[in-house]
Amino acid sequence: MIEVRVNGRLRRGEAEPRLLLSDFLRHELGLTGTHVGCEHGVCGACTVELDGLAVRSCLTLAVQADGCEIRTVEGLEWGRLQEAFRRHHALQCGFCTPGILMAATDLLARGPVTREQVVDLLGGHLCRCTGYEPIVSAILEAAG
Amino acid sequence: MKVTAEPWVGRALPRFEDEALLRGEGRFMDDIEPVPHARHAAIMRSPFAHARIESIDATAALELPGVLGILTGDEVMAMSRPFTAGVESGVPYYAAASGTARYAGEPVAVVVAESRYLAEDAAELVVVDYEPLDVEQLPIHERFFSYGAVDAAFEAADVVVRGRYDVPRWTGAPVECLGVIADWRGDALTAWANFQGPFTLHSVAAAALGLPGSKLRLITPPDSGGSFGIKSSVFVYVVLMGLASRKLGVPVRWTEDRLEHLAASAHATGRSTELEAAFAADGELLGLRYAVEEDVGAYVRAPEPATLYRMHGSLSGAYRVRNVAAHNRVLLTNRCPSGLNRGFGGPQLYFAIERTMDRAAKQLGVDPAELRRRNLVREFPYTTPSGGIYDSGDFEACLDDALELVRYDDRRAEQVAGEQIGIGIACVVEPSVSNMGYITLALTPGARAAGLPKSGNAEGCIITIGPLGGVSVRLSTTPQGQGHRTVAAQIVADRLGVDPAEIEVSGEMDTSTNAWSVASGAYSSRFSGVGAGAVAAAADKLAAKIAAIREHAGEEISLRRVAGMCHWNPESLPEGMEAGLSAVAFFSAPHLEPPDADDRVSSSASHGFIVDVAVVNVDRDTGAVRVLDYVTVHDAGRLLNPLIVDGQIKGGFAHGAAAALFERIIYDADGTLLTGTFIDYLCPTAPDLPPLTIAHRETPSSAMPLGAKGLGEGNTMSAPVAIANAVADALGTDGVELPVTPPRVWELLQQ
Amino acid sequence: MKPPPFLYERPDTLEEAASLLAEHGDDAKVLAGGQSLVPMLNFRLVRPTVLVDINRIAELGEREDGRVGATVRQRDFTGNRLVDLAMPYVGHYVTRNRGTVGGSLAHADASAELPLCLVVLGGEVSTSKGRRVAAEELFISHYTTALAADELLVDATWPEGDTVGFEEVALRHGDFALSMCACSLRVESGEIRSARVGVGAVVERPLLLELELEGAPATAETAREAGERAAALVEPPGHLHASSAYLKHLTSVVVTRALEQAL
Repeated sequence: MIEVRVNGRLRRGEAEPRLLLSDFLRHELGLTGTHVGCEHGVCGACTVELDGLAVRSCLTLAVQADGCEIRTVEGLEWGRLQEAFRRHHALQCGFCTPGILMAATDLLARGPVTREQVVDLLGGHLCRCTGYEPIVSAILEAAG
Repeated sequence: MKVTAEPWVGRALPRFEDEALLRGEGRFMDDIEPVPHARHAAIMRSPFAHARIESIDATAALELPGVLGILTGDEVMAMSRPFTAGVESGVPYYAAASGTARYAGEPVAVVVAESRYLAEDAAELVVVDYEPLDVEQLPIHERFFSYGAVDAAFEAADVVVRGRYDVPRWTGAPVECLGVIADWRGDALTAWANFQGPFTLHSVAAAALGLPGSKLRLITPPDSGGSFGIKSSVFVYVVLMGLASRKLGVPVRWTEDRLEHLAASAHATGRSTELEAAFAADGELLGLRYAVEEDVGAYVRAPEPATLYRMHGSLSGAYRVRNVAAHNRVLLTNRCPSGLNRGFGGPQLYFAIERTMDRAAKQLGVDPAELRRRNLVREFPYTTPSGGIYDSGDFEACLDDALELVRYDDRRAEQVAGEQIGIGIACVVEPSVSNMGYITLALTPGARAAGLPKSGNAEGCIITIGPLGGVSVRLSTTPQGQGHRTVAAQIVADRLGVDPAEIEVSGEMDTSTNAWSVASGAYSSRFSGVGAGAVAAAADKLAAKIAAIREHAGEEISLRRVAGMCHWNPESLPEGMEAGLSAVAFFSAPHLEPPDADDRVSSSASHGFIVDVAVVNVDRDTGAVRVLDYVTVHDAGRLLNPLIVDGQIKGGFAHGAAAALFERIIYDADGTLLTGTFIDYLCPTAPDLPPLTIAHRETPSSAMPLGAKGLGEGNTMSAPVAIANAVADALGTDGVELPVTPPRVWELLQQ
Repeated sequence: MKPPPFLYERPDTLEEAASLLAEHGDDAKVLAGGQSLVPMLNFRLVRPTVLVDINRIAELGEREDGRVGATVRQRDFTGNRLVDLAMPYVGHYVTRNRGTVGGSLAHADASAELPLCLVVLGGEVSTSKGRRVAAEELFISHYTTALAADELLVDATWPEGDTVGFEEVALRHGDFALSMCACSLRVESGEIRSARVGVGAVVERPLLLELELEGAPATAETAREAGERAAALVEPPGHLHASSAYLKHLTSVVVTRALEQAL
């Protein structure tokens, strides 16, 4: 049994040592907004915030998060970033989107960003629908 | 009826799909729990490309606590029939291998347990005794086609350009993998799967299970994480998990992982084309002669060998040439079965034609843009020698636009001045809405005549207006991100005079309740043609009924009142009018006759046109190709939602550029897959993809009710060859192969 | 693609960690950032009996100037000029949030950037057995270090370079390098006084090359010639995406470019 604070709520769940954080969030806690696309750390769809930093939940064991703070896409406030994604048509199937939103939220929290930084950030995420350019534009617009 | 000043169709409306997805409230396959207590399957797969399965011993696995049971390939064979396909190969295809495994990754057994973790543990305990066999190539299909006077054209030629053009396998690799939940109860199977159509494959699956179609209820979840054709192959797993559920008496859930996906879902075919092109000295293209070898993998899986025939009406490309011959061969190999993949047959065809045009220009001493201009189709509608009907367009104007946008003359001048750049052009006719009959071209006219003819491409739609006036639309086009729900709302909004935001559109397929046909689904860029056509037809039916009721009422009563009359007070309706306010409509694309006795076929209902120009430079030290400028000009008829249109173009381009620069499925000589992870299969990310400039013309389609043509696949067809042409131009060489990775470009530079 | 079963230990002190490793030896694996280990677990390519999670050992997360604790995250390791040049090539933004400096060193992937930088800078690591191991001695071959199975990397000392350069070519952004070069040069009055030039990815371990640059003029020509000599010193095997000849040639390119940066 582990205890984590997820999106502000204290949650408990069963986690054998090998259970991936992605599976714990999705199947123990029912937070299916976090998606699984490759389980080897390339696609970025499973990205969540762990103690304030965006991380791959498929490369983290649930037991490692015991006692930690987690934020998932369900815990993000609707705001400029999401509006910009909609305006720029920066999502199509939307499967990679939660991971990208979590990574972008991390980046934007660190201060002003350049196009180069946004493109570099997206180097860690696969999107097969959009060709990325609308995502870059949306994140830059949200950055102001 | 309220008439909006500006129609909703044609506006760049942001999508209604987006908010739920951005909040993490999407409902994808692995998110849903439609039946309680579904158990988890892991699939055991052959590690060998070709091997006899001597025995399977599951004793130890079955003793592991939490394991419910195993289904072996032998049991699959006993419980089901082989899948049918467009041609008879003599190698029966079941949902799992029995006796012989024919590709690395082929299912040989399914283990079901309380969790996926446990199921994988158990699968490791199953002992399969394999006797490896040599890999083999089996030719299983051959056809000759000839249109016009091909030999005479070659005899009259001043220049003949010959070449071999190989296009490797690649795959769409949606970020969401395949998934199935199967629940066999009594004599029926209910299956949830992120299937995308075509629903011909529903019939194939039902037949394999020995079920009447009504007993295979196939349901798709509300959201699907991309497909690009690949998820059509999930029908095989619907059968496999259905059988596991039937045998073990529990609902079974299987979520494909990425290793399984790359090894065993579907790849685009690998094709080797030898193309001869006859030209007159003035550049007129006189004749084309194709010899094609298509690698469809270990089995002919439906709808294959459709990749080979999808473009049959466009063997002459964008050009007026009247003499065309093709010799088609299909090979079985010990590789993953091929299947639908964005562009489907287009990249393979255009790589041969458009490389040929560039090479011919060089031989003829003509500018490659000019050579194309001299040969482009000029009058519409135009019927190609092989039977394709190009419904509308202005090809030359698109070429002009593209050349101007890319500053073609300036770029050529820079090149002459010594700038190390290469320029590549591709002119591509983009088909949409496939003729359900084109696959019968794989049969001889005689064999075809012995069977029932197939034609058309029909889609259905249901619109229901509830007692409070709310409008619900049910699509059967199984979207996976293309924005069908938004565009459908726009179409209905215009016709019923309601705000599109108030219209509920569902993209979920349920074969027991939707209005669908075998042609339903999301493929062949068919939504804007027949999908939209069906929505418009259903909305028009309702609009006519609403108008009749208003006329009967003698005043312009609100939609809510009309709905109230239909639901609460049918006695008040005009005499003979049916109660309720609901419409089911089908639309089938015109001009899609069955192939004729001379093997001519209108393989697609509608044809857009694209001109791409790529400007690249090559780092001669590293071989790295940098795309400096990429212009694409589209004529896809009327644009229903320009925001979504450009999104589709950017996405199609991303797949095409990926195939040009990065992606290739690689097997070694023993049939071992070498690109089985996202570490080795190189999907590009944001820093890897070049910028794209998009421009449009809008010549309405004469074939489609809204004047719109499909456009989601065109740049996947054009970008590989446009970029390859540019690289060849930069290097001054002929032998470019896809993908043009730095190591391969550097090797070319050494020659 | 789920990990096989294992036991999980999360020691709070270095001593506890060391005794767990002593107890389990080869059957144990150290879990730091997990950005390389967890994929291997998911692929079931490694099957430890016990995972020893060192993320909550406070002292391993400490940094004091050039001395960087094993679990300092890659994202937090800034301020060393050569590392600052190389870090953008290390994985991706999100994996750098979690990936650790010590994990990258102990994993010893021959195409990883941080081991190469440590070697070029002449750094060293200290271990739970109280040993100090020079970087050049630490890396034995691909995935193999001089650390014993029950020995934990505690920290690494990263000297500042002189004038530094780093160049890498990969197939995609953030991929493992096809070839890479890091260098640190001391240049005085237009002449190279000392040079440490190392290459990675084309060798089994990060390798310092003897290019005899001392005394050479600090010019592009010197850089070009050094690149050619570097290529002659490596014999990379070809692989799926690149031939041996290409990788050899590419090594001359990255060496030349890294030197040009530094000059």
